[in-house]
Amino acid sequence: MNTIIIGCGKVGQKLAEQLSQEDNQNITVVDTRYDVVQDLINQYDAMGVVGNGASVEVLLEAGVETADILIAVTNSDEVNLLTCLLAKKTGNCQTIARVRKPDYNKELHLFKDDLGLAMVINPELTAANEIARALRFPSAIQIDTFAKGRIEILKFKVADKSVLDNMSVWEINSKLNTDILVCGVERGEEAFIPDGNFVIKKGDFVSIIAAPLNGSAFFKKIGVKTNRVKDTIIVGGGPISYYLADKLIHRGIKVKIIEKKEEVCDKLCQQLPKAIIINADGTDNRVLLEAGIENAESFVALTNIDEENIMLSLFAKSKMNGKLVTKVNRVAYDEIIANMDLGTVVYPKDITAEYIVRFVRAKENSLDSDIETMHLILDGKAEALEFSIKENSPVIGISLEALPIKRNTLIACINRKGKIIIPRGQDEICAGDTVIVVTTMMGLKEISDILD
Amino acid sequence: MNYKIIIHILGLALVLESAFMLLPLGCAVIYGEREVWTFLACSSICFVLGFLLKSIKVNNRSMYAKEGLVTVSLSWILLSIFGALPFIVSGSIPNYIDALFETVSGFTTTGATILTDVEVLPKSMLLWRSFTHWIGGMGVLVFLMSLMKLSGGNNIYLLKAESTGPAVGKIVPRIQSSTKILYGIYTALTVIEMVLLLIGGMKPFDAITVSFGTAGTGGFAILNSSLADYTSYQQSIVTVFMLLFGVDFSLYYLLLIRKFRDVAHSEEVRVYLGIVFISILLIWINIAGSFDSIWTSLKHSSFQVASIITTTGYVTDNFDLWPEFSKALLVMLMFVGACAGSTGGGIKVCRIMILLKTIVKELKVTIHPKSTHKITMNGRIVEHETVRSVNVYIMAYIIIYTIAMLVISFDNFDFTTNFTAVAATINNIGPGLGMVGPIGNFSAYSGLSKIVFILNMFIGRLEVFPMLILFSPYTWKK
Repeated sequence: MNTIIIGCGKVGQKLAEQLSQEDNQNITVVDTRYDVVQDLINQYDAMGVVGNGASVEVLLEAGVETADILIAVTNSDEVNLLTCLLAKKTGNCQTIARVRKPDYNKELHLFKDDLGLAMVINPELTAANEIARALRFPSAIQIDTFAKGRIEILKFKVADKSVLDNMSVWEINSKLNTDILVCGVERGEEAFIPDGNFVIKKGDFVSIIAAPLNGSAFFKKIGVKTNRVKDTIIVGGGPISYYLADKLIHRGIKVKIIEKKEEVCDKLCQQLPKAIIINADGTDNRVLLEAGIENAESFVALTNIDEENIMLSLFAKSKMNGKLVTKVNRVAYDEIIANMDLGTVVYPKDITAEYIVRFVRAKENSLDSDIETMHLILDGKAEALEFSIKENSPVIGISLEALPIKRNTLIACINRKGKIIIPRGQDEICAGDTVIVVTTMMGLKEISDILD
Repeated sequence: MNYKIIIHILGLALVLESAFMLLPLGCAVIYGEREVWTFLACSSICFVLGFLLKSIKVNNRSMYAKEGLVTVSLSWILLSIFGALPFIVSGSIPNYIDALFETVSGFTTTGATILTDVEVLPKSMLLWRSFTHWIGGMGVLVFLMSLMKLSGGNNIYLLKAESTGPAVGKIVPRIQSSTKILYGIYTALTVIEMVLLLIGGMKPFDAITVSFGTAGTGGFAILNSSLADYTSYQQSIVTVFMLLFGVDFSLYYLLLIRKFRDVAHSEEVRVYLGIVFISILLIWINIAGSFDSIWTSLKHSSFQVASIITTTGYVTDNFDLWPEFSKALLVMLMFVGACAGSTGGGIKVCRIMILLKTIVKELKVTIHPKSTHKITMNGRIVEHETVRSVNVYIMAYIIIYTIAMLVISFDNFDFTTNFTAVAATINNIGPGLGMVGPIGNFSAYSGLSKIVFILNMFIGRLEVFPMLILFSPYTWKK
């Protein structure tokens, strides 16, 4: 599979790093800066071309004629779109473009069709979506969605006095009267795919799979504050703040945005009439206190400076008891940040790269497998895969109890024409279903691979 | 420095060398020579030792520029030390320094010899000698890289250190596929030459050894007369193939994927062929009087120009007896060398081009001090990095050349002999002029001088820096 990456900024580099580790990927990176390209090809097994990606000559040199996927992630939307257009004309590849300007964002559907783009990604919008999801389930640390959002895998930490402490997995649904499935448990360094007799302890990180409504019901039952937040304070008025506020307001959440620059405030005022825009320096404690941080249910630090965001979140943590979200641009220090307990930490560049990698993988997989989507869960130690079931599949018509499924593998969910079934032993898989399989064995290609 | 990964790769290289020794072993079996035991023993030693080194537990597989350069130069030294074993064990070359000289000359594709009579050597020894050319031409680590992933991250530093030219790149994104393609082209060309020579009536053993020598641009012959006793057809085939192996190999790949336009626009190859053509013409005119037919003189002139510029070192006529102009031109060609990315040695055509362009640029800047100029190759700007590395390379080259000249002067031979002896070794050619000329050899030099030549050959093949880095204290400091 030949992939061309145009633009070697943070996202481009991240993509090159992740994709070059896959054996069947041939990567070519293109950038106008010689030293950046040189650096990348010294570091990863990729080829480099120096030049403007939006020129046919450079694209041809990068091998656009034999490319399967072209990813345009330069810092200019226009260049990205032009590159994809040219690539479509000269080669026969699927194209992905990063388009971040809100002005273009509204016309996204036009681009997609007319320029033949396979995927348009807006880093700010994706980051905003991620944050919005985090605010919906304040207690979940990580949320992955399947079947177009109808199924979610939610990861949370079992609190000290939780009812789940010392409860075995098979008891959960009957005792709490919920409809969820525990699909993974992380205890210390180890990750388990639990069977019914597995006993959950406090301090475990538990991943459950559920339809969104059942998920919140479950959280309510175990006594975790589940009700989504009702108000939020956002510091920083950049594009992510705009997208996020827009989404939250639509959901009826009260939004306060604190922004230093007056002209940005004016613009936000027009765009978000329902939000409270405060023109002040958000790094000033008094401003935050005045905005009512002590009673806020959530706090989102979205300034452009990582250090400021981290400090802001630490301060907010000392003053309030709600959900914290911190945006960090630089990925390099993620291990240190993970130890600081800043709530949900969002890396916009990482998210962008991850979305694209996921798309590329799905394309790669669709060549010779039935995988629809794939997520890494349990800290990367397990995969959750969505398979579509074909007519002649060997798993059809046998009850799950009777299927000889490999160890550490779990059929976590069945999606039958939009109806979500959390499977029990008597359930069967039918042709046309999509099923979600959670497994610690990496590299499954077909559903029959789960059988012993 | 990550010593474990270096040791691991060195071990792999040794295992590979033991496998390479199976070829002369087979030859010895076929001809019923007693060297069967020599090669069996040497191959086993290499295998056992290589296997032990390879089995070292490597936790951290990361590899940076420093490790890359050190691995490459150490692997060449190690392979030469063990490659010399068969000569000593069998008693063909009893003196260890002589045996090492011969092996290094083989691996670095120099073709300089200390043997006064090669024809007394057993066939299997001759084959091993020629085979070392073929192995060294493209490089052992490049071969290893085509077989497996050597380190965790990236092997580009290994490729850069072992391949020729100032700006080494890959031809396809994956290093493993790149090296596979290179070796594929290399092997295919070698086999084609063998077949053409066989068609021309050459004996199979001669065809194989001559092809190995041509492919690596080495120059070890199995006859004392080098290639002078072969037919004109056979000599012409070798002439053509020597020139072919002096061309950047990535161009053959471009030909294979039918990008003819890019090949036609390669400035370096045009200049290379231009130099070859003009030199052949000039020498042809210059030596025309010495031969009975103009075709004989054309044959000798073209063969010798091809042999010297590609740094092969085969000989069809004793050019030491040619007119001074022809000799001077040939010595100049020794320094020019082949194209970057080929198996040839020397300074390389593209380095010379960059240097000349730098001079032109400097002239322009002197006349219009504020004007800006960029050096271009193939219509593309040459990065400052590359220009700088070429300049430094030339400086280092001259300094090493001078020091080598000084040291070998203790042996008190004439200047022509000394000058061309250093030129012939540092440019990986083989024969020089005077005592080291086409009918002479290096046996008269002292042990010290031979060690200097050995270092010269390494420095020439690995293009100075991988070798120099071994002697830098900063490399070994924690």
